[in-house]
Amino acid sequence: MQSVQAPPQTERKSKKQRDLVPAVLLGAPAIILLIMFLIGPFFAGIGFSFTNIRLISANPAEWVGLRNYQRLTKIAVLSVEPVTDPATGQPVTDEQGNLVYPRSRDFTRDTEAYPQYAGTREWFTADIGDTRYYVLAGDPAFMKSIVNVVFFALIVIPLQTGLGLLLALLVNQKLAGRNFFRTIYFSPVVTSMVVISIVWVFLYDKDNGLINQFIGLFGLPAVNWLGNPSTAMLAIIIMSVWQGVGFQMVLFLAGLQGIPDFLYEAASIDGANTWQKFRYITVPGLRSVFVFIIITITIAAFQLFTQVYVMTNGGPDDATTTVVFHMVRKGFREQEIAVASAIGVLFFLFILGISMVQRFVLRDKEA
Amino acid sequence: MSTQTSTGVKVEEKPRRHKDWGSKLVQYAVNIVLVCFFAFPLVFMIMSSFKANDQIFADLRSLRAFLPVGELSLANYQAVFEKSKFFRFLGNSIFISLTTIALALVVNSMMAYALARLKWPGQRLVLAIIIATLIIPAETVIMPLLLMVSRLPSFSLAEGFKLGWLNTYQVQIIPFIVSAFSIFLFYQFFRDIPKDLDEAALVDGASRFQIYRKIIVPNSGPVFATVTILTFIGTWNAFLWPTMTVQSENLRPVMVGMQYFFQQDTEWGEVMAYATLITIPVLVLFLVFQRSFVQSIASTGIKG
Repeated sequence: MQSVQAPPQTERKSKKQRDLVPAVLLGAPAIILLIMFLIGPFFAGIGFSFTNIRLISANPAEWVGLRNYQRLTKIAVLSVEPVTDPATGQPVTDEQGNLVYPRSRDFTRDTEAYPQYAGTREWFTADIGDTRYYVLAGDPAFMKSIVNVVFFALIVIPLQTGLGLLLALLVNQKLAGRNFFRTIYFSPVVTSMVVISIVWVFLYDKDNGLINQFIGLFGLPAVNWLGNPSTAMLAIIIMSVWQGVGFQMVLFLAGLQGIPDFLYEAASIDGANTWQKFRYITVPGLRSVFVFIIITITIAAFQLFTQVYVMTNGGPDDATTTVVFHMVRKGFREQEIAVASAIGVLFFLFILGISMVQRFVLRDKEA
Repeated sequence: MSTQTSTGVKVEEKPRRHKDWGSKLVQYAVNIVLVCFFAFPLVFMIMSSFKANDQIFADLRSLRAFLPVGELSLANYQAVFEKSKFFRFLGNSIFISLTTIALALVVNSMMAYALARLKWPGQRLVLAIIIATLIIPAETVIMPLLLMVSRLPSFSLAEGFKLGWLNTYQVQIIPFIVSAFSIFLFYQFFRDIPKDLDEAALVDGASRFQIYRKIIVPNSGPVFATVTILTFIGTWNAFLWPTMTVQSENLRPVMVGMQYFFQQDTEWGEVMAYATLITIPVLVLFLVFQRSFVQSIASTGIKG
């Protein structure tokens, strides 16, 4: 960064001017493309997010201010008491003996009496005592998508970090065949996610899937992995860990090889056992790798798309809808580019926040 | 110091050797279990591609699912070629990948060269902007970009001028040429090439462009390999963008073609044959250039 020798002012200036023409010629293609396909669309997207622009539309787009963001983020809670019989004053019950509640639609659609619930739909309900709480959202599928990717990140972070470290430790040993093992563990990373997703749809098949056949050998019942809301996300998680963990292995391997050998030798002299060496040399030595891996997995969770698009189409019942999947559904299928752009902007703010956290956590290391 | 170390090792050696055998066995056992876990889907895919549907289902309950046993044939492959325009898709993907790679190498490396080796006004600002764009995720840009390309003017010999880049090759190539990350990789590499070579060439009257071509490019093999691999992985696996921008079957790349093939019918043997056909070339490239592949992909992890 710093120039070693400072040439005289005049010479430096003329040299700078002389290089300007070749620099412009060499850099122009990249700069034009960067403006057209990255910087331009980025700012255009911010602009679109304040309008009602559609992919194909006869009408010109109108400025709508923050409406798209308000719809995406609006949450309201509605509490209702059980329906009572007007004659007796007793609560009404259905055939199963459950209490009967007014439907949330009766409130969200009655925009005159309940303007505060206008434009919301039911996200989920919770019963506390006899009172039922309807949690309403401007875009329940978007809220579900955030919950889903957070769930994905919370499960995948420990799984992929742990397995990645184990693989790295294994292939870092002086073991014959370790290159073969490393190749096998890394091969899913270079395989297309579309191919992998389709192969795993077959593996997860309820009747003819390899996985159900395998667990059937142990007398376990067949599971409708991708068709059941409670297992669909789990199925995608298992496949994603299998596909991606080779990448974490490589990062850990680079980290392990960066730890100087003399630390281990010194620890051996001091009589440290394997566990102590791992705990007090390896783990602290990998600190920045840990931080980095946690951050990349979190970002990858929010980017989750192809698996969901190919395997479940966001279903069943939005159980596997993700943020990017919802964005594509809005922007491409429903042609609401404005709403999709607003999701894109929120996504960008999230990435920005994450990288600030990363800077902050690693600050003393870089200093 | 050294004597202490050597005696320390000597004392330890005997019990350790005994322990080594045990721990090696455990390590091999763990590795073999993991190899099965990581290899089974792709092995299953390849083996099933040679079997008829009945046999695939019959083999599921045993290890035969992973072995080339029973009646093997190329019937599934033949069906793929007959039912889909597979070779057209393959040609499209190869054309799109090669064109994107060639243009990406030239455009990004020239920009990086101007940033790393020349001195010009505004240089620092341009570098700062390029580094700042690294944080913009593709997901944020893709939707506004979709709208923009659908309204950009385009020209083709067959149709003349028309509005919109949808259903073209260029929509699959041009937006993916420039990459801030590739520029950054080139920039880091070029910056570390010794400057005396340039200086000598300058004295001999070489132009800036000649220095780029004759000195910088020939000395930068590894970084060109890295950008080639990363661009190749990106274009070969392209899926969402061509799904949205290309409806015409004649322009479809392999991944989108596979999605359609998969939806048409679920003749699993044929689907596995298609999957094998588009996976094997990448796996072979990976095996041949393994070291470059691993380093390239790992380099994407070091940018943060």
